[in-house]
Amino acid sequence: MSRLLQTPFLPSVSLPTKTRSSVTGFRVKPRIIPIQAKIREIFMPALSSTMTEGKIVSWVKSEGDKLNKGESVVVVESDKADMDVETFYDGYLAAIMVEEGGVAPVGSAIALLAETEDEIADAKAKASGGGGDSKAPPPASPPTATVVAPVAVEKKIAAPPVAIKAVAASAVHPASEGGKRIVASPYAKKLAKELNVELAGLVGSGPMGRIVAKDVEAVAAGGGVQAAVAVKEVVAVPGVELGSVVPFTTMQGAVSRNMVESLAVPTFRVGYTISTDALDALYKKIKSKGVTMTALLAKATALALAKHPVVNSSCRDGNSFVYNSSINVAVAVAIDGGLITPVLQNADKVDIYSLSRKWKELVDKARAKQLQPQEYNTGTFTLSNLGMFGVDRFDAILPPGTGAIMAVGASQPSVVATKDGRIGMKNQMQVNVTADHRVIYGADLAQFLQTLASIIEDPKDLTF
Amino acid sequence: MQSALSISFSQTSLPLANRPLCSSNAAPSTTPRNLRFCGLRREAFGFSPSKQLTSCRFQIQSRRIEVSAAASSSAGNGAPSKSFDYDLIIIGAGVGGHGAALHAVEKGLKTAIIEGDVVGGTCVNRGCVPSKALLAVSGRMRELQNEHHMKAFGLQVSAAGYDRQGVADHASNLATKIRNNLTNSMKALGVDILTGFGAVLGPQKVKYGDNIITGKDIIIATGSVPFVPKGIEVDGKTVITSDHALKLESVPDWIAIVGSGYIGLEFSDVYTALGSEVTFIEALDQLMPGFDPEISKLAQRVLINPRKIDYHTGVFASKITPAKDGKPVMIELIDAKTKEPKDTLEVDAALIATGRAPFTNGLGLENINVVTQRGFIPVDERMRVIDGNGKLVPHLYCIGDANGKMMLAHAASAQGISVVEQVTGRDHVLNHHSIPAACFTHPEISMVGLTEPQAKEKAEKEGFKVSIAKTSFKANTKALAENEGEGLAKMIYRPDNGEILGVHIFGLHAADLIHEASNAIALGTRIQDIKLAVHAHPTLSEVVDELFKAAKVDSPASVTAQSVKVAV
Repeated sequence: MSRLLQTPFLPSVSLPTKTRSSVTGFRVKPRIIPIQAKIREIFMPALSSTMTEGKIVSWVKSEGDKLNKGESVVVVESDKADMDVETFYDGYLAAIMVEEGGVAPVGSAIALLAETEDEIADAKAKASGGGGDSKAPPPASPPTATVVAPVAVEKKIAAPPVAIKAVAASAVHPASEGGKRIVASPYAKKLAKELNVELAGLVGSGPMGRIVAKDVEAVAAGGGVQAAVAVKEVVAVPGVELGSVVPFTTMQGAVSRNMVESLAVPTFRVGYTISTDALDALYKKIKSKGVTMTALLAKATALALAKHPVVNSSCRDGNSFVYNSSINVAVAVAIDGGLITPVLQNADKVDIYSLSRKWKELVDKARAKQLQPQEYNTGTFTLSNLGMFGVDRFDAILPPGTGAIMAVGASQPSVVATKDGRIGMKNQMQVNVTADHRVIYGADLAQFLQTLASIIEDPKDLTF
Repeated sequence: MQSALSISFSQTSLPLANRPLCSSNAAPSTTPRNLRFCGLRREAFGFSPSKQLTSCRFQIQSRRIEVSAAASSSAGNGAPSKSFDYDLIIIGAGVGGHGAALHAVEKGLKTAIIEGDVVGGTCVNRGCVPSKALLAVSGRMRELQNEHHMKAFGLQVSAAGYDRQGVADHASNLATKIRNNLTNSMKALGVDILTGFGAVLGPQKVKYGDNIITGKDIIIATGSVPFVPKGIEVDGKTVITSDHALKLESVPDWIAIVGSGYIGLEFSDVYTALGSEVTFIEALDQLMPGFDPEISKLAQRVLINPRKIDYHTGVFASKITPAKDGKPVMIELIDAKTKEPKDTLEVDAALIATGRAPFTNGLGLENINVVTQRGFIPVDERMRVIDGNGKLVPHLYCIGDANGKMMLAHAASAQGISVVEQVTGRDHVLNHHSIPAACFTHPEISMVGLTEPQAKEKAEKEGFKVSIAKTSFKANTKALAENEGEGLAKMIYRPDNGEILGVHIFGLHAADLIHEASNAIALGTRIQDIKLAVHAHPTLSEVVDELFKAAKVDSPASVTAQSVKVAV
């Protein structure tokens, strides 16, 4: 009775000839896409919804074997189970591109299937033509239009070093033998592999300088803020090889992930035009004391945030949100080969002169790539300013884990009608705030911007 | 009646009292009818639910009848033979000793149990019982933290947290409760609980504290203590054994667990659920070496890989120093084969779960010329102690961890019951292959009988064929309703006669599911018969049902099973 009621997954009895049968007994059909008339690629199938890469446990068939439709060719280990992969086509297993024990991403070619015996040689040539290393087969042929480059996991970890690498010397774990050994917690190692972050050279914030999960996350998140104003980076560097396919660096990979992640956050934007005449005047007055425009803007923003704590909040799990206890204004800075967001901590409390000095120090450190994780990953609100390029308005993407980001355009002289019915000239800048609508609503932003405008238009509070 | 007969015989002090005295009457059957697997079966004696009460009452009555047949009965405990203080003295009041004591009273023996520490032994105080309390917490934490899982149910839970002391209290309260139940159950039956460390002075003579008592038969059930390899300094704070870990005095950020057997695995489940990160150190080349390879592979995918756990295999922890002077716990790893230094770890804590060592020191074994083997007391298949010359020591038995046959609480209890059966005149050999084992991770792992490689080796030697049947929890309605489809059940059997050689289960409530298989093995039930039995739908038990049904057995069902089918 119960059997009749159950799903079609019937229990299997393992066949005597096949010692390694799949766990549940059902088979997964591989995706086989024809690329030439007679030579087909066998792809790493997606065996589960969460599978991103698969390990070849064993090749059931060897090169040159004749395959019949429906026969098992290879046993693949996914994140869940070992499964037999069978072929959809008759033919010959011409070339194995990923050896046993090798790992390949889902969708990448792991072998070639020739229709006739004569084509085996062609297929072999094709397989070896792209790359000598059997573990790193060539990119897929044009018709598939996907760039596939199965690489062993070890190779991935050894991806190009991240921008923060140079920090190594400043704080090393006492037991790490001068930085040669990496001391990282188990989860940090796991995350680093997942997020493609290189641990070597990373400074740990855990006990005795141990690298813990949040350090790895910080590196990955550093890329996220960077992408918020990634526009800056589009300028083509002379000397790049046009038409070449360039794999993401670790940082670019992190940016990419963060940007995709940001799509899960329902954001909206509110803009405001603020007159800056008073601010400009103040800036001129105290510029000689080392005060920078960035510090002034950060300070003004922080003071406005202090009156509207909800704009300084963040929602991480979709169930609750945090009113952040301190106002840490992150400011995006373009640096060589990337971008980073040094954080002005407690910007509402620190006076403008100290804040300016701090900012200078942070920028110098950023250029020297010596920022500590807490100096670039603790921001609660982000400022991005493209005004210096003459950009009058733009739109920023919200970095995951924060509530809002403000895009600041250039301050430009504009003709405005004043309240007394005259026409006058005023310096005006446009700001545009992107916020997480799960926690921050339109009225919140409007009030925040109104406060910010009044602070900037009457900036006496900025200097205390 | 049988036991009554044996008592009257025993009064004549036959030198070979543990041999079947009247084989025609005692009818030693190959089927271990009285086999019980859990020594705690009557821990709730006296205040158990009504259903259990009836059965208990029945047992008391039957015992009384036996006792009165033996004449000169005292209140509850049996009357000793004239020349001895007791019929049976048990050294060690753990689960093994407790199981033996209860059965002995049931058989009309005057019984004493000696305990130098607390009643309940390792299992109740520092083992199975408190660890189940911690695992119950970790299971719930895991569920509440698994947002994806909760969402699939349509449930919303906001940030789950825990109070360490509250968790620790739950474990210690449970241990106290079970210990009291155990003590009360023995007191209620009139077992004399003697306090002090017991030692064997000579044949049938035992010392505890300053007292000397005599007993016709003696059972050593002194159990075991955590084994700590040399080079490892245990301070009880940062370098700990399971004894300390169960008190849960801290939840370290990063804990290394040395050994990936049952104990290590269960603790990794607890610690990771409470937020720790774990590093396993395993001397063998793969994790979970004691399990069926297929099960351990799957278990690694579910219990290790997705969690905050990494591991070093093929290495020994040659030196572990506790944290002090601001330094972390230092662990030196050497290659298990070449002994060359491999790595150094510095972690917040280390749990030593490298197995357990028998607790047999100071037992006075030299008085009776018994030489231990790595601390274990050598015994034959009937748990009779073997002395240094390879001869049986009369009237002396050893059960449980101290003999090392199968270091499980319920195995000790089963061995104790087996011994009592023997001393009351019924020959009995315990079939260890029918004793199940379980690891209470989330999900659980359970097993009985042989692993696949063991079965294949045996098959090759004895010339029979072996088949494997497997079912997945993915196909089970109840498991899917719980959103817990991850799991596998596997049966190793003989296709020619339908004998079950081993069953291994990894999945939701695996520990509860194994008993259908272990009972079948114990009773010699064949697959072709048990496959006709009916299981309620939808229940997890159908996973095992599917196993039986998936098996391809050549011999037809026996006649009795056919009639069972008709009756159903």
